[in-house]
Amino acid sequence: MSATTAPAGPAFTERATAFLRACFAGPVNSAITLACLAVLYFAVPPFWAWAVTNATWNGNAETCRAAGGACWAFVREKFWFSIFGLYPYEERWRPATMIVILVAMVVASTIRRFWGRWLLLGWAVAAPAMWLLMQGGVFGLSFVQTRQWGGLTITGIIAVYGLALGYPLAILLALGRRSELPLLRWFCTAVIECVRGVPLISLLFMAAIMLPLFMPEGVTIDRLIRVLVAYTLFTAAYMAEVVRGGLQAMPRGQYEAADAIGLGYWKKMRLVILPQALTVTIPAQVNTFIGLFKDTTLVVVIGVFDFFTTLRAALGDPNWLGFPTEAYLFAAGVYFVLCFAMSRYSQNLERTLRPESR
Amino acid sequence: MKFTMLAAAAAAFMTLGVNEALAGRDLDQIKQRGTLRCGVQGPSNPGFGVPDSQGRWGGFNVEICRAIAITIFGDPSKVEFVPVTTQSRFPALSAGEVDVLSNNTTWTLTRDTNVNRFNQPAITFYDGQALMVPRRLNVTSARQLNGATVCVQPGTTTELNIADYFRANNLRFTPVVIADLDEIRRAYDSGRCDVFTNDFAALAAQRTLLTRPADHVILPERLSKEPLAVTIRQGDEELTNIVAWTTFALIDAEELGITSANVEQIAGSSTNPVVRRLLGVEGNMGESLGAARADYARQIIRTFGNYGEIFERHLGTNTPLGLERGMNNIWTRGGLLYAPPAR
Repeated sequence: MSATTAPAGPAFTERATAFLRACFAGPVNSAITLACLAVLYFAVPPFWAWAVTNATWNGNAETCRAAGGACWAFVREKFWFSIFGLYPYEERWRPATMIVILVAMVVASTIRRFWGRWLLLGWAVAAPAMWLLMQGGVFGLSFVQTRQWGGLTITGIIAVYGLALGYPLAILLALGRRSELPLLRWFCTAVIECVRGVPLISLLFMAAIMLPLFMPEGVTIDRLIRVLVAYTLFTAAYMAEVVRGGLQAMPRGQYEAADAIGLGYWKKMRLVILPQALTVTIPAQVNTFIGLFKDTTLVVVIGVFDFFTTLRAALGDPNWLGFPTEAYLFAAGVYFVLCFAMSRYSQNLERTLRPESR
Repeated sequence: MKFTMLAAAAAAFMTLGVNEALAGRDLDQIKQRGTLRCGVQGPSNPGFGVPDSQGRWGGFNVEICRAIAITIFGDPSKVEFVPVTTQSRFPALSAGEVDVLSNNTTWTLTRDTNVNRFNQPAITFYDGQALMVPRRLNVTSARQLNGATVCVQPGTTTELNIADYFRANNLRFTPVVIADLDEIRRAYDSGRCDVFTNDFAALAAQRTLLTRPADHVILPERLSKEPLAVTIRQGDEELTNIVAWTTFALIDAEELGITSANVEQIAGSSTNPVVRRLLGVEGNMGESLGAARADYARQIIRTFGNYGEIFERHLGTNTPLGLERGMNNIWTRGGLLYAPPAR
């Protein structure tokens, strides 16, 4: 990265020369370099012409079709719909406020200086507050059913609530699976294997459609809560195995040392084992996190309008038929930004948590 | 495949006992809740059910549900729209997530009878597989398509139907098999095949996306029957009646020339007993149906208009879909829409 950011100087020239030399070192390298350049030459200008030169930024479907390029006007028209989905139009300030709080809380949680009791307390207050703000029915807010929540809002809710609740559960499951109490060990193993052995879609289907059939007459649990429980369980089962990997990677000496200085089980885990086990598994954790985040799109099978589904719904607008490429590129862009942010943050975390850097 | 199996499992579960509904049970539940839960096709279905940029549902199927809400509550706003997918629609209906499906579900024997235990009280739209050709070919009937190349999706009933049709009529054709609908459209648009086949309403939507939509015609033949009907759970006679007679009121109104513009004037002045009964001026039609008000049909027509007006607003020739009435016209004008007498 620093090669491109350093503007000039001998270091830059040196690196550029080294780069070029590597590109054309020998006939094979040269051929590969030329082939890559040719692909870029044929792919980039047409894409640029479509996405920028002939693109329409303002206007309607007709002006878009006339211009022939990308129809970014479509994405602009549907932008807020993709954020708020089917939430009642007059009440859109509520999900907007919720997103601001959610983003603020997530950002605060990524800053190591804030890690501590107060942050947990903050979440304990913010999480129900955000839910109440969305659902209403109190303080003069009109009641909005969870089935009307949608768009990026619901993707955010499912991802953040699911991952935040699933993570501690995962640690408990992982510890349970390595416990010396047979019953606890069997129970945790069974939970992990059963949940992990089933596709997320079936879990969601069970939660959304089958579960109500087994409930006593008159007892109903909100569909979104059922979906969140299913997603949280799924997250926990996957993360538990990652955490268990970390626990097993710890040298026996670490456990023995903790025992030797007389720490009890919980203190041993909290102060000695887990900090190391979680740190070494950060890449695997983030890998799982990113995968699970993208899995939120599966909620469409039970009729929840997440961000991606909302965009697909927008494609059916009779006044804006025929711009799927733009919509999918926009969706890809949003998912990439969010996943890339997670990835960069985890790399940063890896560096600062490395023992030698402390 | 997994979806369908799960759906079937869920549906089979339902038959084990939860669905032993007493007559009127579903309707009682709807009234107690105060809203009708209407399953519409998710993510969206152009012309039939689409959320607009502000997240409000609109479209042909959506207004059918709102009309049913007028009959039940006297209020078109008492509907909750629940998007369902083709995979989740039947389990959602069985489990009571929705009260009615208004999502282009074809009326078939197995759906209407013991396997799924649903009821499909009235047909709202007659669809069927159709063929589109470029106007320059000067073809007016599918019989003239001997030797044509046909763009078709693999593994669909569409593909089987077209093969059957050509064989039954002793015609030869070359299939061009392409999986993705958008790809098929591009292939057809660039002239790689002479014929583009799909269900009529879907085909009309695809036509709007061609470079020159006016240069293409949809042939009159229909290769399959797809009568689309509102679907409910079996076992509630009263709700069945309400769904059926709400649809019939829309059809009757068009046949009698009653529109949203003239309904009040006609209700005030008409001496025709058929009209007076339909609009609740005389008789007790609303009461026998269990409607919220005697003049439910009058309120529906004032709010949404008759069948033809709803059709023209969302699907008709002045909309991007540009559908001709065709089979979906009143029987007196050569269509299939025929409502039993309201008396």
